[in-house]
Amino acid sequence: MSQADLTMQRHSGGMLTDRPFAIPTKKLAMWLFIIADTMTFSACLVAYGFLRNATPDWPRPFHSIVNVAVMTFILLTSSLTMLLGAQTAKRGDQAGAFRWTMITALAGVMFAVLHIREWLGLIGEGMTLFKNPWGTGLFGAAFFSVTGLHITHVIAGVIALTIVGLRYKGGRYNADDIEIVGLYWHFVDLVWMFVVPFVYLMNLAH
Amino acid sequence: MPTAAELKREGTGKYLVVYLCILAFAGLQFVIAYQNITASQMFRRMFSVALVEAGVAVLFFMHLWAEKRGFLLFVVIFTVFVLLSMQFGWTDSFRLIHCGGYCS
Repeated sequence: MSQADLTMQRHSGGMLTDRPFAIPTKKLAMWLFIIADTMTFSACLVAYGFLRNATPDWPRPFHSIVNVAVMTFILLTSSLTMLLGAQTAKRGDQAGAFRWTMITALAGVMFAVLHIREWLGLIGEGMTLFKNPWGTGLFGAAFFSVTGLHITHVIAGVIALTIVGLRYKGGRYNADDIEIVGLYWHFVDLVWMFVVPFVYLMNLAH
Repeated sequence: MPTAAELKREGTGKYLVVYLCILAFAGLQFVIAYQNITASQMFRRMFSVALVEAGVAVLFFMHLWAEKRGFLLFVVIFTVFVLLSMQFGWTDSFRLIHCGGYCS
């Protein structure tokens, strides 16, 4: 131990040894990222709400809730499987944790496929970023921005889950890393809980 | 494969209950969507349900409840403060829709 280390410990006591908020630095970093991303999504949703509230001919093009209901169920269930993966990892069951993590990633892929299928359906009906057959052209830009940002996060999450899962299985990562990537996945699910009512359910065709 | 007793001891049963609660809240939002109410009423109800749903997910799925109280307060207070700060522009959206942009 160097003279500098001894001097620091003598004068600063426990300041250098306690972790911020008593959680690992990696987890704190993920929480800070989640908070920042919450602001991004909130800004998008507030802007969407502002446009919707200020535009009299806002279209309500969604006739069926089946697709969005299935997507919601898949995403919520994937949060549960992620949680089971983190718990299994903490117990030391490497194979089980990897299995649950991959199931979560697969659920993310299914969600993304359904979402893209929905996008293609809307585009086939004539909806673009700047116009649509039902009302104001602002709807397309707002809808694709909000849902596009979300699906980007989902796809990034799937990639992250796959990489972390494989590295955990290979012994490079530990149970903490599974929990940390799980935090990100729960956040993605959490955002969807706000996107569904404001973007889909409030725009149901009556 | 863990037994039911082991799962219960580790709290997995608690997470299953939380999951079912979140599913129920999501279902409630779908029910609200088909109620014959005004848009503002629908927004208020859906937003309230979404807040509760998100709160439950953050506290239990993301384990914020199990973290140090200081960290929980940091996350909640900081996030809520910034989210509330974003809401200053709503009055302008009402001005646009009621006055067509020409009100002073």
